[in-house]
Amino acid sequence: MTGTPVPGQGAGPARGPEALPPRAKLAVTASRVTAAISRRAGKGSGSVIGGKIALRIAPDLLAQLADHLQVVLVSGTNGKTTTTRLVAEALRAAGPVVSNALGANMPAGITSALAGAGDARFGVIEVDEKYLSGVARDADPIAIVLLNLSRDQLDRAAETRMLAEKWREGLRGTEAVLVANADDPLVVWAASSAKDVVWVAAGQMWQEDSWSCPSCGGVMHRPGDDWYCSDCDFRRPQVTWSLVGEEMVDPDGQVWPLDLQLPGRANRANATTAAAVASVFGVDTASALARMKNVTAVAGRYDVVSYRGRNLRLLLAKNPAGWLETFSLIDPAPAPVFLSVNALDADGKDTSWLWDVDFTRLAGRPLFVLGQRRLDLAVRLDVAGLEFSVHDDLAGAVAACPPGQIEVIANYTAFQQLRRTIKEAQA
Amino acid sequence: MIGMSKLRLVWIYPDLLSTYGDQGNALIVERRARLRGIDVERIDVRSDQPVPTSGDIYLIGGGEDRPQRLAAERLRRDPGLGQAVARGATLLAVCAGYQIIGHEFVDDLDRVEPGLGLLDVKSGRGPVGRRCVGEVLADVDPVLGLPPLSGFENHQGVTHLGPGVKPLARVTAGFGNGTDDGSEGAYAGRVIGTYLHGPVMSRNPGLADLLLTWATGVPLTPLEDRWHEQLRAERLKAVRAAAS
Ligand SMILES: [Zn+2]
Repeated sequence: MTGTPVPGQGAGPARGPEALPPRAKLAVTASRVTAAISRRAGKGSGSVIGGKIALRIAPDLLAQLADHLQVVLVSGTNGKTTTTRLVAEALRAAGPVVSNALGANMPAGITSALAGAGDARFGVIEVDEKYLSGVARDADPIAIVLLNLSRDQLDRAAETRMLAEKWREGLRGTEAVLVANADDPLVVWAASSAKDVVWVAAGQMWQEDSWSCPSCGGVMHRPGDDWYCSDCDFRRPQVTWSLVGEEMVDPDGQVWPLDLQLPGRANRANATTAAAVASVFGVDTASALARMKNVTAVAGRYDVVSYRGRNLRLLLAKNPAGWLETFSLIDPAPAPVFLSVNALDADGKDTSWLWDVDFTRLAGRPLFVLGQRRLDLAVRLDVAGLEFSVHDDLAGAVAACPPGQIEVIANYTAFQQLRRTIKEAQA
Repeated sequence: MIGMSKLRLVWIYPDLLSTYGDQGNALIVERRARLRGIDVERIDVRSDQPVPTSGDIYLIGGGEDRPQRLAAERLRRDPGLGQAVARGATLLAVCAGYQIIGHEFVDDLDRVEPGLGLLDVKSGRGPVGRRCVGEVLADVDPVLGLPPLSGFENHQGVTHLGPGVKPLARVTAGFGNGTDDGSEGAYAGRVIGTYLHGPVMSRNPGLADLLLTWATGVPLTPLEDRWHEQLRAERLKAVRAAAS
């Protein structure tokens, strides 16, 4: 894709929000003021509330802000925040970037982030799966990244296949280039209604949401890395970018080592996807990779922090597919592993998903169980025949833990709580 | 399985009906049998494979609307499960699976689909805008000798019981069958259906033991159920606190 002409590129310097119509300007100001007040009141970054106010004053503000930018949208169940960060780093090789780096990925948060665009030329935007079609309509993106789709918080979210169907309808006929994961049949189904797709072999360890053909309902066959439907002609497309082990292969067949600082197969896949996106924007692969290699942690994820004289690596896993990928990147046995699970609103209140996760992959490691729903986890591990201990808090678990770096895997609010606990201890 | 060397545990269509951690029930039955020295052969039947007739315990799980329709289409063409139940095999069907083993249910295309008729129940859609989601607590029919069921439900469907079945339980929290008469699930003979979805046995190991007792025909030795009991106690407390 290198050298593909990009609409809007080279059209002179970005004009920035100063060129907005008066109503939109007012909305941007209101959003900043509201965010500042909210911040001062200690209520987080204030970006979501600011964005909500702004959208009430000027409902088409997101579209107007995006109009000044070359936009790429990033969506999928897992890897959105990290991929957004990697794409943003890569595009900085070509010009200033604005991004919703902290993961406020619904329209209000996105609007708020774009209101601070300054003289940015590129907008790299993470979008919640449910809002992708709408944001894609408003933001007129040059590229849209589709990473993967799998079960996540089913007590409050849409069914997984329905999401794929919504993407497919929303992206039909889009002018954007889709950069899509050829290894996830649901993503391929969603993307194949678009006319311009760059297929990336980014892998998908989790397969339990795509055993039936999204097109006809037939049973899928998956020999090796390939997949196809036994009843219709739906099958894995030809890829142009691929992740092969520790290396990436570009469309010309050139092999690039991916010695990232971020760990794991999933992040090598995210980097491969980000390199494909960079190429759509005319950024060469060497520059893109050089910048991506500087990323060490993303919104606290993969961060190694010190707590009570020990090193803890913090890993976020929100759903079965995420846990499976995370198990594949942690240090081998006998590295101790902490597991922490909550079931608050933001996590989904149903813990059934624990039974979709193959915890036997942790056999041979000392396991420490934490979190509001530690007893659900205890039953799960007990039935899996694993040895573990249950603790009321992080300090207790650390005190009981043998020496060595500790791998800490937590779901959403459990992760936030652990970060808070560690921050308070460091203060 | 009386007189047989192995307990055959059949999990039907994990490729279609395993959306809510349904594997849990298969793992728990398997483990509780093994802990008592019962040899288990677990057979996972994919939806393009025939359902064996010689199983002792059959499990069917929950799924989204479209896979539910696909599963029902395939099971209607396969006489295996019906033959097994007719000769006295034990069956636990959860959520979408519960609807499938009844006489009819409403599919993703809003059509009334015939079920397998293994339980005398009929399922339809509940009132628009009411989805039954959340914690459930329910007192089990005393005949079955089980403590109250604790679980989680997530369904739009409503299931009406016919004269050929009895309610499995009466809800004290949650919706259950959604028929506003407090009933939850249904059973007849050795066939049970319930809306307590996914790994219902993680909080109700007694249910696993009931199936094992039916299938083996012998009393089971008690197990040390420390974690199951702690989880049950914590969930019962949480549901009662939310209700008061
Ligand atoms: Zn097909």
